[in-house]
Amino acid sequence: MEVLQLLISGISQGCVYGLIAMGFVLIYKATEMVNFAQGDMMMLGAYLAYTWINIAGMPFVLGVVATIVSLAIVGVLIERILLRPMIGEPPFAVLMITIGLGFMLRAFAGAVWGTETKAVSNPFSGNVIRLGDISIGYENMAIILGTVILCALLFAFFRFTRLGIAMQAASQNQLAAYYVGIPVKRIYSLVWAMSAALAAVAGVLVAPISLVEPVMGFIGVKAFAAAIVGGFGSLPGAIIGGLIVGIAEQFAGLYLPPGFADTTAYAILLIMLFLRPEGLFATMQKKKV
Amino acid sequence: MTDVTAGALQVRNIETYYGPIMAIRGISLDVAAGQVVALLGANGAGKTTVLKTISGAMEPQKGSVHLNGEPIHNLDPDVVARRGIAHVPEGREVFPFLTVDENLKVGAFSRRDAGVQTDLEQVYEYFPALRELRGLAAGFLSGGQQQMLAIGRALMLNPSIMLLDEPSLGLSPKYVAEIAAIVKRLNAERGITVLLIEQNAKMALDISEYGYVMENGRIVMEDTSERLKDAPDIQEFYLGMKDEGVRGRRRWKQRKTWR
Repeated sequence: MEVLQLLISGISQGCVYGLIAMGFVLIYKATEMVNFAQGDMMMLGAYLAYTWINIAGMPFVLGVVATIVSLAIVGVLIERILLRPMIGEPPFAVLMITIGLGFMLRAFAGAVWGTETKAVSNPFSGNVIRLGDISIGYENMAIILGTVILCALLFAFFRFTRLGIAMQAASQNQLAAYYVGIPVKRIYSLVWAMSAALAAVAGVLVAPISLVEPVMGFIGVKAFAAAIVGGFGSLPGAIIGGLIVGIAEQFAGLYLPPGFADTTAYAILLIMLFLRPEGLFATMQKKKV
Repeated sequence: MTDVTAGALQVRNIETYYGPIMAIRGISLDVAAGQVVALLGANGAGKTTVLKTISGAMEPQKGSVHLNGEPIHNLDPDVVARRGIAHVPEGREVFPFLTVDENLKVGAFSRRDAGVQTDLEQVYEYFPALRELRGLAAGFLSGGQQQMLAIGRALMLNPSIMLLDEPSLGLSPKYVAEIAAIVKRLNAERGITVLLIEQNAKMALDISEYGYVMENGRIVMEDTSERLKDAPDIQEFYLGMKDEGVRGRRRWKQRKTWR
């Protein structure tokens, strides 16, 4: 029973990693940039949820929608103002910009909302489902369900909508996408909006089980490890990678000496890089020069 | 389907650079509506760069490109495509993880009109092989099938002009003949203007009405395709017909360039 209990909390933690990892992957696949501020975007999402729900007094569902929309707008602005002028610059310069963006967001959150921890009111906290010996908190259920729904939506979007297919086209061959009349730059803005929306959902879902504070975005580093384990460039891979890291962490926390839980993600990453450097779900083709 | 008067292209004195390297050294060319025009030249002469400059993938430092009298040289490539110029790039460049059907449908991304479905049927009629492969990821197709897919994808834009970059590159003779036939047919049936780059100069001159010859970023010769076929330099350098001297070898003195 203990194993099952750990498995469920591992899955819900893994879903959080997976959501952030999908944000990494979306942006990387479309624009070949790595947004190291993805974790901090999630942090901003949690603070925005706090603002809309606790300060502005919106009902929970409306507050979540407001959070998603406002963070998506922030995502578009970041792309337009910071990243678009960097098209054609060396990847290292872009990387530094997104790392710097992370610092800025953390400082911004500290300055606006203060550094003491906040809690977002939500309908989940305190409620528990009991199935025999195991108990599942509503907040964990919400994370798992939310992730499943988001994955289904993303799958349907990329599989069946013309915009989703155009987005795939733009990520597979940028120049050819231009030649068939796809407005690639607008697609990039949209990708940033989607990735920010994912971060917003992750922020809202993680707020009930974690403290809302400026440094909460650091779990983005573990999510990055999860994305690589999944084969950076594959959305299902990002979720699977997140689940592996999340579950392994829970078990390491119980069975290994204290301190090991926090290093599990990186241990898995190292093992993965030794055994299968391209990740679990490698879809990347070799780039033509 | 396409208005035959649409599709006139004027290129005037364009100069295009790759960083500090000048790839196009002042080129002017005219493609009249409804014409098939060939652009010949050795590797590295700058033919592909000319097409990229026309379709907006590269910006010329100097000069202008006009489509039906309107300047298009400062537009992004997706806008140029929506104006009716379909660029079929060298090496096919299909979307490898999308299916054949998705590749074609994404080709009509910018269109909202009702003609998309009929055009899709038309493309499958032009290339029956693609219909059988419609559910397959494009990356699995052979080179010739990918080339047909690339042309089909460009057709989905319902273009007035097609820029074809080496459509016969690396294809078997059967496919080369098929591609040539399709280009002729598109021109005749749909009135699509074609600007064609080819290594296979014989095929290019057979299906085109007019030809330009490029060397080192400049146009060194232009004429009707009939007369180009008879020009001694073209016969020697591009068609591989060579007058052999008495000793079975050309005299060094007669060589014009060392290459």
